[in-house]
Amino acid sequence: MADPDSSGGREDTAAPAGDPPAVAGKRSVEIAVSALLLAFAALMGWDNWRHGAGWASDGPQAGYFPFYLSVILGGASLYGLVTAFLDRAAAGEPFVNREQLGRVMQVLVPTFLFCLFTQWLGLYVASFLLIAGFMRAVGKIAWWKSLLTAFVFSVTMFVTFDIAFDVIMPKGPLEALFGL
Amino acid sequence: MEALGLLLHGFHVLLTVKTLSLMMVGLVLGIFVGVLPGLGGPNGVAILLPLTFTMDPTSAIVMLSCIYWGALFGGAITSILFNIPGEAWSVATTFDGYPMAQQGKAAEALTAAFTSSFIGSFVAVVLITFLAPGIASFALRFGPPEFFAVYFLTFCSFVGLGREDKHKTLISMSLGLLLAGVGMDTVSGQLRMTFGSSDLLRGINFLVAVIGLFGISEILLTMEERLALRGHAAKISLRVVLKVWKEMPQYWATLLRSSLIGCWLGITPGGAIAASFMGYNVAKRLSKDKESFGKGRIEGVFAPETAAHASGTSALLPMLALGIPGSGTAAILLGGLMVWGLNPGPLLFVEHKDFVWGLIASMYLGNVVGLVIVLSTVPLFAAVLRVPFAAIAPMIVVSCAVGAYAIQNAMFDIWLMLGFGVAGYVFKKLAIPLAPFTLALVLGNRAEDSFRLSMIGSAGDMRVFWSNSLVGSISTLALVLLFWPLIGAAFARLRGARG
Repeated sequence: MADPDSSGGREDTAAPAGDPPAVAGKRSVEIAVSALLLAFAALMGWDNWRHGAGWASDGPQAGYFPFYLSVILGGASLYGLVTAFLDRAAAGEPFVNREQLGRVMQVLVPTFLFCLFTQWLGLYVASFLLIAGFMRAVGKIAWWKSLLTAFVFSVTMFVTFDIAFDVIMPKGPLEALFGL
Repeated sequence: MEALGLLLHGFHVLLTVKTLSLMMVGLVLGIFVGVLPGLGGPNGVAILLPLTFTMDPTSAIVMLSCIYWGALFGGAITSILFNIPGEAWSVATTFDGYPMAQQGKAAEALTAAFTSSFIGSFVAVVLITFLAPGIASFALRFGPPEFFAVYFLTFCSFVGLGREDKHKTLISMSLGLLLAGVGMDTVSGQLRMTFGSSDLLRGINFLVAVIGLFGISEILLTMEERLALRGHAAKISLRVVLKVWKEMPQYWATLLRSSLIGCWLGITPGGAIAASFMGYNVAKRLSKDKESFGKGRIEGVFAPETAAHASGTSALLPMLALGIPGSGTAAILLGGLMVWGLNPGPLLFVEHKDFVWGLIASMYLGNVVGLVIVLSTVPLFAAVLRVPFAAIAPMIVVSCAVGAYAIQNAMFDIWLMLGFGVAGYVFKKLAIPLAPFTLALVLGNRAEDSFRLSMIGSAGDMRVFWSNSLVGSISTLALVLLFWPLIGAAFARLRGARG
């Protein structure tokens, strides 16, 4: 294991049997998330203040409750920000290393594309593409198995939701072709 | 003994071919969902909720609660055979369950887990049967200040008693409450925090958030850790079952203790996870042979499973009687009630007798049928885990998207789910607890409404929360719990000074 005080990934790569280099440290992510939450709290606080966060003749205004929640959220994130800054011990702790991030992206990117395709092609076609593509590209499973599994799963979902339980999913050009 | 009569009525509602078959379907789906990594109880129930939208509420809740039972049973299979806790509360089951499987005693461990789950839930259901009506009729006297005080108590107990960093619990909770307020304000009709977006007008549905936070983020984490699913085979024979059952009575004290711990913590919000650990630790501490724990001792399976299930089940008591869920999954069932147009809380017992007692009766029946199903189908479900993760992961993603979309028929919700998935991944890695967020999101509007109604009633005087002994003691208890860490530290210092 690399020395916890070493910053950056150079020492790690030099280490004979160390973990792959960290892409981000836990401390920096903690700082970034706290700052984001603080900004979010400020935005929400401002919006609620704008709508009236005080008292009207009939009790608290619409923004009253959320405004004070923004204050609590802001305070807690500020506390988190400060403690993360002061926490030198956590500086070397990795949040995610390159290999792990790569694997996370292997599923996050296809999921993103799936959402995008659902918008254009409908859910079932996108589902077929996602499952077949993922099984083939990530799982290195034979083409025929991937295609067959994707087809059977998508059709089963269609029959269960759209037909048996009357829960209608977004459709695309393919379904239009069949007049569904 | 009025409860018994009503319970019989509940069984009467239940015993139709249709509800019984829904029950079976629910149990099998639930075990399936509990076994798959990345699904698990709360998320599984959330994804399958849309299936029930077109059913009548009684059939719907029966099916959902059976999914819940199934998921609870399913979690034990993965913990014991694969050393992967399907749920946070199954973690303690792996301590002794997995070593038992390694020693070739998987069947004994599974039988012990299922049977003790059954016992734990059974004790809790009995508790619900006899306590819920009483609490509900007591709660009928509640006005807005009392309800707000109870919500406040729930939130405070999360902050004060949770084991995470306090500021992280606060972040999670205030974020949830804030997001619950997005959309149209129910009292004044004013739009807030929508920033002109028509998609945000509907508000942020908490089921969408749950699916993203628990489903998508779990897939991301599983991929990151590259879980190699290598488990032990198991086949349960009747002989093993009978052998374990014969051994069981000698552990009666552990079982009883764990049931009581579980029931108590289940009613206190956020207690299910704590319950399994506490059940395990108490059993270990009181045992004569402490060393053998963690090395495959059957008592180490009995203790946490009984406690986890007693608490998971008794978490439904505050949900039914007060409209306050005691666990994440109970929160989703509560969301279901609202979708079907039922108003959770004490009035439910008066206005929808069939529904409430049908649900309670289904807990008895589902528990028994679940035990039989799970004991007989273990090999089948263990085989599911040998399907490559590369095939399961995209299927779970699709199921999550279907669930998220179906709730409001909105494409925007699928994107929202993805956003919550990424947020959940980061939050989990930073140890920001997700349970307070879920609870806050589901209770946010109700808490705000009761606060504003109390304020309108008292013309803005905060003393309304101490206006009578009932509301006063709840509010005071809430503050005590909120500052419990400080109070505890002060006590410790006092004792230290004296010693």
